[in-house]
Amino acid sequence: MTRKNSRNEVRPDVDRRKFLTGVAIAGAASAVAPSAEAATGDAVTHPVGAEPPRPSAVRPSAMVAAAETGTPKELAKAQGPHGSDFMVDVIKSLDIEYLPSNPASSFRALHESLINYGGNKKPEFLTCTHEESAVAMAHGYFKIAGKPLMTLCHGTVGLQHATMAIYNAWCDRVPVIVVGGNDLDAAHRPPGVPTFHSAQDINALVRDFTKWDDTPVSLQHFAQSFVRAYKISMTPPYEPVAISLDAGLQEQTVHNNGESLYIPRYVPTSPPAGDLNAVREAARLLANAERPVIVVDRAARTPKGIPLLVELAELLQAPVVDQGGRMNFPKTHHLSRPASVIGQADVIIGLELSDYWATVNAWIDNGEHGHGIQEARINPNTKLISINSVDLNTKANYQDFQRFQVVDVQMAADAEATLPALIDSVKSAIPTSAKAAIEKRGEAYRKAKQEARVRTREAAALAWDASPISTARLAAEIWPLIKDLDWSMVGSDRQMSNWASRLWPMEKHYHHLGGPGGYGVGYNLPAAMGAALANRSLGRFSVNLQTDGDMMYAPGVMWTAAHHQIPVLTVMHNNRGYHQEVMHVQRLSNRRDRVASLGKDMGPIGTSITNPDIDYAKLAASMGWWSAGPIKDPSELGPTLKRAVEVVKSGQPALVDVWTQPR
Amino acid sequence: MRINVVRAGLASVVAAGFMFGSGAAFAASAEKGKALFMKNGCWQCHGTQGQGSVATSGGKTLAPDPLPLETFISFVRTTNRAMPPYREAILSNEDLTDIHAYLSSIPKPADYKTIQLLNE
Repeated sequence: MTRKNSRNEVRPDVDRRKFLTGVAIAGAASAVAPSAEAATGDAVTHPVGAEPPRPSAVRPSAMVAAAETGTPKELAKAQGPHGSDFMVDVIKSLDIEYLPSNPASSFRALHESLINYGGNKKPEFLTCTHEESAVAMAHGYFKIAGKPLMTLCHGTVGLQHATMAIYNAWCDRVPVIVVGGNDLDAAHRPPGVPTFHSAQDINALVRDFTKWDDTPVSLQHFAQSFVRAYKISMTPPYEPVAISLDAGLQEQTVHNNGESLYIPRYVPTSPPAGDLNAVREAARLLANAERPVIVVDRAARTPKGIPLLVELAELLQAPVVDQGGRMNFPKTHHLSRPASVIGQADVIIGLELSDYWATVNAWIDNGEHGHGIQEARINPNTKLISINSVDLNTKANYQDFQRFQVVDVQMAADAEATLPALIDSVKSAIPTSAKAAIEKRGEAYRKAKQEARVRTREAAALAWDASPISTARLAAEIWPLIKDLDWSMVGSDRQMSNWASRLWPMEKHYHHLGGPGGYGVGYNLPAAMGAALANRSLGRFSVNLQTDGDMMYAPGVMWTAAHHQIPVLTVMHNNRGYHQEVMHVQRLSNRRDRVASLGKDMGPIGTSITNPDIDYAKLAASMGWWSAGPIKDPSELGPTLKRAVEVVKSGQPALVDVWTQPR
Repeated sequence: MRINVVRAGLASVVAAGFMFGSGAAFAASAEKGKALFMKNGCWQCHGTQGQGSVATSGGKTLAPDPLPLETFISFVRTTNRAMPPYREAILSNEDLTDIHAYLSSIPKPADYKTIQLLNE
């Protein structure tokens, strides 16, 4: 049988697979049979015309025997320095202290280089049980140290785990260097699991909420990418960045090809300051205002931001509303005021606000059709000023830029970098005739602050002896135990009515670290561990106020804290529910004239964490923490906390579980 | 627990005899009111003792000294603020009266000046 190919050539119809098999068998036979005969030395006789009989077994050749019984030769080793060792040199040039990570095959070469070639120092590998925890640890660490950490994660599934924490860092303007291992070469990567875990472009997963990403294809390219990633993430607005790191590139040796590898020097980029004309116009408005208000969210990008804000506020005797993305302004200062002052303002300056619209407007979730009720909080003639570095770096997909707000003077610039020029301009712009009125304004705020202090304590006294324990009591019981220490609140008190912020005299940048940014639950516990890690080397005492819902997203980070000996006091605000969500279901039930079904729980079905109650003390103990609780009687709280504080002072983590009021 | 029983008794006396449109007298029960306060999720925003929260009730408290009963019921029915309105179909006047009795039974807190921890 013959067939034609496209060029009409005729050739025998040979099955290629059978052809190759036949060649192989014939070759084997011709190679083995003569050797067998030669080896025996026996005379071979057989009938004329008949094939000689084949032996049922043949003796191995000298070469085969040597291969089977001798010591195998050492395999040829790769020549030259390892590519991942060079990567470690690049990483070390940036003085990165720690590398929280969950191990994975796609970065095995770099992992090996970090711990063996790099000596597991700068960065030190921190073993994490979840990639989300690793990124959140880096998030919290930065808020104390002001330096970014890097994390390594598996290219697809690991990065998928990490995404929510990266989104939180994006919304919270925090730099994290995310390196994802990825085996790009389909012809050489291992089949099966490593191929499931490879992708053409892993960075696509996080491109919407990272500031920059790259996929280096050579070692020199890696050096440039890594230093560039660090530099971009550390230029305001700070943001996470991503590098896809090819597994093959990590494992290859350094080939000089006639040129030497080099590590680019890191030189920080100056933060963008506001245009001077816009600064002068803002100063003119503020200096001539009768009721100026300063609203801040992430204005104090560094500790230096706090005294600058104090100077501006005192110059104008303008109240400061701290929305709490960072510790911006001393809460003890007479100009630290609640958001209600916004309604009285004739000029408002918003510094690094995440949501200007909601600062000057209200949205009340009480409309019949779910649209809510919108109300302006301000007079229509109120002048608005904004300085915000995020205006320089807006992306389209995720809606963290919030609703559009018309602003009279808007500077796409870093607020902290702009404050010195603004302060100078305000000094020049204040009319002499206004100085007495400004002083009088300050006196009124001093009086208001004193009155507010009394009201706060009166409110704290409510339900003082209640069980479950009031969140005010919880904060009040902790304070005397830490007040004489250099303390740092590393977890957010937002879910407990801000009682720590209201009762503890917060003045330094590490007294309050803000929240997750993107409100992704599961941030608080790992971020607190990261912040406590940064506090450890500074000898500070870390206190983490911890909600139960957040804890259960990835509690494994407690093991990381114990394993790496991170001292931190975690006090559970255990209200046994997702209280943020309770009223959503209740609200819709009311709107539809239906009684919310509780099932066997305390809140609408799906919003409680009860039946069974989670024993957080046992959970913590199982991971190497000192722990106590659940504490339900408020009289037992103080003595238990005292014991826990002593444990933390000895360098260990401790947890006290407290059954609390909802908020 | 003993204190709660005493409070409940006092509140029942205070609220007893409230008249509804039907003309029937209704004896309010603080004990029932407490159960309704929990069952209907009031405590989730207002705390088990009506102490309120800056996060969920704008810092407003329900107790001690709750609003007068009629004002209280009117607010619950018609609120257009953060709290959703509760119509009679899901929370009756009788239930609200019991809840009001419970709130009325909650005693005033101690003066904060007498609490050492609030004067540190």
